[in-house]
Amino acid sequence: MAVGESQLETDTGSRTEVDYGWRHTVSTVMGDTTARWGFYIVAFVFLVSAYTMVDSNLARLTFGAFEDFTFAEWLPIFDHPERIPPPGEGESNVPPAFHAEGSMANPLGTDPAGRDYFTRIVYGAQVSVSVGVVSTLIGFVGGTIIGAVSGFYGGKVDDALMRAVETVYAIPPLILIIVFTVFVSGGSPDIIYAVFGVGIAFIPVFARIIRSEVLSVREMDYIEAARASGVKNRDIIRRHVIPNSFAPVLVYATLQIGVTILIVAGLSFLGYGAQPPTPDWGQMLSVSHGYMHSNVWLSIWPGVAILLTIMGFNLFGDGLQDALDPRIDD
Amino acid sequence: MTDPLLRVENLTTQFFTEAGTVRAVDSISFEVHEGEIVGLVGESGAGKSVASMSLLRLVESPGEIVAGEITYKGRTIFGLEETADGSLSERPEMLSEEEMRREIRGNEIAVIFQDPMESLNPVFTVGGQLREFIELNRGLSKRVAREEAIRMLREVGIPDPEGRYEEYPHQFSGGMRQRVLIAMALACEPSLIIADEPTTALDVTVEGQILDLVDDLQEKYGTSFIWVTHDLGVVAEICDRVNVMYLGEIVEQAPVDDLFYETAHPYTEALLESMPRPDLTVEEIQSIRGVMPSAIAPPSGCRFHPRCRYAREACKRVHPDPRRVATSADGETHRAACLRHDVFESGYEASAPLEHATALSDREVERPPGGEGGE
Repeated sequence: MAVGESQLETDTGSRTEVDYGWRHTVSTVMGDTTARWGFYIVAFVFLVSAYTMVDSNLARLTFGAFEDFTFAEWLPIFDHPERIPPPGEGESNVPPAFHAEGSMANPLGTDPAGRDYFTRIVYGAQVSVSVGVVSTLIGFVGGTIIGAVSGFYGGKVDDALMRAVETVYAIPPLILIIVFTVFVSGGSPDIIYAVFGVGIAFIPVFARIIRSEVLSVREMDYIEAARASGVKNRDIIRRHVIPNSFAPVLVYATLQIGVTILIVAGLSFLGYGAQPPTPDWGQMLSVSHGYMHSNVWLSIWPGVAILLTIMGFNLFGDGLQDALDPRIDD
Repeated sequence: MTDPLLRVENLTTQFFTEAGTVRAVDSISFEVHEGEIVGLVGESGAGKSVASMSLLRLVESPGEIVAGEITYKGRTIFGLEETADGSLSERPEMLSEEEMRREIRGNEIAVIFQDPMESLNPVFTVGGQLREFIELNRGLSKRVAREEAIRMLREVGIPDPEGRYEEYPHQFSGGMRQRVLIAMALACEPSLIIADEPTTALDVTVEGQILDLVDDLQEKYGTSFIWVTHDLGVVAEICDRVNVMYLGEIVEQAPVDDLFYETAHPYTEALLESMPRPDLTVEEIQSIRGVMPSAIAPPSGCRFHPRCRYAREACKRVHPDPRRVATSADGETHRAACLRHDVFESGYEASAPLEHATALSDREVERPPGGEGGE
């Protein structure tokens, strides 16, 4: 203790030992077996999609100064997932490697166009993760702002915003998203419209969660204290209201990523999301359902990939909820 | 006498609820002079906190300041005037909301809240909050504000301020947090600090330390305080002058010694008697009978008469305002709103005592042993 000359009295020893905050949350999540596995799956999916980004760009780069060096030398690189092999080069509808007719050249077989199915499944992770994260982020940011402003100001602002939000909420999400996608894309749907559609469709849910949280937070003494010390309303919302209403939305967002991936996969399956030849799991399911009899594996692999990813996000989200909820405390 | 730092005249704050108009603060007047600690005393619900929030114009809907005048350092915090068509409108010289926020709140008048556990934002470090507050209100750079924050933490007696700067509120004890809040209130060197029951949530030893600290700092900085409390012990310890509030009104106003030794209002008397004392057992303590009536429909006449042991017929009819009943040795005015004093000339002496009052004073005579069944 460097400078303590003006200690007047001594209630020093009373630091609480309970450890909350990030460290506590992380250790609780990792201490929970299912949540830990959820985290591993999520981390794995993120890593795979990060790898495919490197693979599709960096791995093919060479550096002027080190002409001999390419990433390709030490990274196993995939063929381009959208490239359809020219006639005679690739066989279509090859079954997986463990099958008598399969080979290790195409561990999960090939699709009807003769493309390596493993490559497409791996690249599908990138699409799913970005879709899940981006559209959840749209709902999350939009919902947080609307919910916080609405809950904090109350009165007419609250009425106007919440009525608008409830109007959106009253429309079944899938219909809303499909109409939005078709309308905005002008008849040529693509995954980017689906992402925005899903994001917007879920703004109301986020807004309502954060608003209910804000309603209790705004009564806290530190909000009154901030007001009494002349802090602007905008800064009170930014610095005090949102950070303290955050935990439940954060949990919901984690769970929502899984839901979003599923919905966008569904949209792709229906033809309103990713268009061929994008390697999206939902779109792959859509193509493969015509081959159920000749090659059932085409449907199974994307299904398993979707299942695992969503399970990962859900397990992790549940664990996070337990860790952040003070009522569930063992 | 010089102009007071803060002058409150006939301040009236009401809440417009569905059940009716709650007259939380009803025409109170008081002054705070430079370097003075003024007490605002009363039971829960007497309107103390609403009164103090009114001073910063922070009463929230459905509450509203409906009348009165608040002058601070010659500037009008609140004031109404009659317009040509007979309705009331805000006076042009009244400070705007923006001026209140930028110049008054935090800079000129700061607040220390009741519950130190709840008054700090739990998600940021203590130092960060203090630094940001200083940065915003005094326009200092981040680095200078940080130094200043650490200096303030040291000033309020927090050991190892550099280390504790990085800690979160939950890592501080109640007393330490209250010190942080005091540091925050003092950070912009305001002329007036409103302390809203700042020691209520603390245990007695820590309370004593905090009171000492405030005493020291008050001497050093010359800050005036409005000390809102229900604890007359704290009042005796720290205040120079005291305002006793009952049901939205000030019923007695006196220098602290006079309040205790020359008590002029039955409510104050009852408050004093209801204080726990080491020489009395629980049965012997005279608690105030009944509960405070609703501020929506206050009793007629003197608002305390249904619980007053001196109540007479006249008390139901005449509503007393605080009037000068005595002048203390150093020339300070002692005001009380009770018809028993001669200045009121309300026919109190001639009117008949009320039934319950007789019962109350009888009870007092035959106090122990164990004769306190009732309620």
